[in-house]
Amino acid sequence: MADHQHDDGRPPVLAPGHTYATVTSTISDIVLTRPLDWRWAVGMGIGSSLLLVFGAAVSMLLFKGVGIWGVNAPVMWGWAIINFVWWVGIGHAGTLISAILLLLKQQWRTSINRFAEAMTLFAVACAGMFPLLHMGRPWKFFWMMPYPSTMALLPQWRSPLVWDVFAVSTYATVSALFWYVGLIPDLATLRDRAKNKWVAMIYGSLALGWRGSARHWSRYKSAYMLLAALATPLVVSVHTVVSLDFAASVIPGWHATIFPPYFVAGAIFSGFAMVVTLCVPLRAWYGLKDFITIRHLDNMAKIILATGMIVGYGYAMEFFIAWYSGNPYEEFLLLDARPFGTYSNAYRCMILCNVGIPQLLWVPAIRRNPVLLWIISIFVNIGMWLERYVIVVTSLSQDFLPSSWADYNPTIWDVATFLGTIGLFTFLLFLFVRVLPAIAVAEMRELVHEKHHEHAAAGAAVAEAHGENR
Amino acid sequence: MSGAHATPETPEVYGLMAEFDDPDRLVEVTRDAYGRGFRQMEAYTPFPVEGLDHALGYHRNKVPRTVFAGALIGGLSGFLLQCWSAMYYYPHNIAGKPLYSWPAFIPITFETTVLGGALSAVFGMLFFNGLPKLYHPVFNAPAFALASDDRFFLCIQSRDPLFDPAETLAFLETCGPRSVSVVPY
Repeated sequence: MADHQHDDGRPPVLAPGHTYATVTSTISDIVLTRPLDWRWAVGMGIGSSLLLVFGAAVSMLLFKGVGIWGVNAPVMWGWAIINFVWWVGIGHAGTLISAILLLLKQQWRTSINRFAEAMTLFAVACAGMFPLLHMGRPWKFFWMMPYPSTMALLPQWRSPLVWDVFAVSTYATVSALFWYVGLIPDLATLRDRAKNKWVAMIYGSLALGWRGSARHWSRYKSAYMLLAALATPLVVSVHTVVSLDFAASVIPGWHATIFPPYFVAGAIFSGFAMVVTLCVPLRAWYGLKDFITIRHLDNMAKIILATGMIVGYGYAMEFFIAWYSGNPYEEFLLLDARPFGTYSNAYRCMILCNVGIPQLLWVPAIRRNPVLLWIISIFVNIGMWLERYVIVVTSLSQDFLPSSWADYNPTIWDVATFLGTIGLFTFLLFLFVRVLPAIAVAEMRELVHEKHHEHAAAGAAVAEAHGENR
Repeated sequence: MSGAHATPETPEVYGLMAEFDDPDRLVEVTRDAYGRGFRQMEAYTPFPVEGLDHALGYHRNKVPRTVFAGALIGGLSGFLLQCWSAMYYYPHNIAGKPLYSWPAFIPITFETTVLGGALSAVFGMLFFNGLPKLYHPVFNAPAFALASDDRFFLCIQSRDPLFDPAETLAFLETCGPRSVSVVPY
């Protein structure tokens, strides 16, 4: 069982007793034999229904214009930017797991990297919708790119918003490449195991004729490690650039040097929360508890706790600097408007969800309880959405001149667009689980191989009191 | 397109494929075969096996330098694009900033560096691997579908000067494989 305890008291990253063949069949059968599952049908039903809502919301937006949203002077950045930042932040966990933990040789990343990367791609796709739709004329998106235009216009390179275009599009491209490269050997496995000729041909074409040659693997490993090395600074840069959209302005509550690290920590915090949100049902429904063990949940909970503390430090620092700087606008906004003003409920819920509730994760029993962990992850998801809401709305609605103050209220179309992207995300995830292996099969076989070697080493030193330590 | 299991006549045969259960055994056998002078051979495994590429005598991996070149080209083109557009093509005084405001050009330079490196990593790897290539003779080997599951294969190709249908077969039989089969073209 997955709850099997080792000598050092920590659950293993892979349940004992697995061979190359059991790993292959357990993971690929989810895709190839497709057992009928009502839970999948319900999830896909919800996802595709919300996707229809998205279609309606976008059609309405294109028909009528951005005026159907609640954005207006002075709150020109409403839910669109909040949702954009929220989704991009969620995307960060995937690259962090696949790149940074790969370079740090963390074995526990192996069974969660594939679907965390998928989650990243889908989250970035959802994020990309918002700036695109917020432009009002999405079909002119290419104006943001440098191209030889007859208008002789090029982007303003000194603007963080232009940096953002490059950061997010590079991030989406590199994440997609990383994901696809990881998939190639697994697509070959699906090709070789598929019973249906057409299915085998589709997977075979996608596998590009991969045959597992040793020279190919050698180049593949180099390319994969280098992609990880390139993606590691990239993941840090993306949310840094997103935070500069705010920090490079002079708006009170935004113009702070803490923003880049605080945004990156917040992104990892929300991303891991989303991985947990998806992981817990996935491992239970598809019988993957041997691969995604309590150890994985425990480690992810620790990362959530650590990054949550950094986010809490960010909040404290914002307070301190507002007071210490002596800037009356900063003081008003951070010490008065946010905690006691119009949006104080959002602010207090944010503190509760992001700083208060994650403290429960200090308790090992809670970290290792999937249901409790799942509930906490939902709170974190909500809390991180509220954080972006608080940052965007409070600062814009009450800036320097009281004569320009105005409250902000989202409309039904804001809500519909947001729910629509949740639908897009859910739809893509359920589709992914059904057509592609949710766990990296080749990497799991490698893990089995490493475990054999560790067992052999442990067997040689059988007199030692402690057996294997991982 | 000769008969699938005809007698191993050198021109119609791609090679001899030995099938193993254990990756460590495959590395030993490969090292042995290399020691006997075989060079035109290839091993097939369901996951990257450490040391197997060196056992085959493969040391010249060109992917890292391709990535370096790609990243360099990406970064330089990103930076020069910004300089060219901000200084010559469309010079514009914005908030009194100098036209050559290089610190502001760094974020995009960084992004294009990563993009250039990542694209060259993936497409370089595929190019050097000769992929996509949907047909390859080794797919004709029986049980080769398990090369993506739990079997480990060594193929000694018929174009190797030392290849001899009978002797090579006899050598592979002594290595303790699960099976040895003829791979037709």
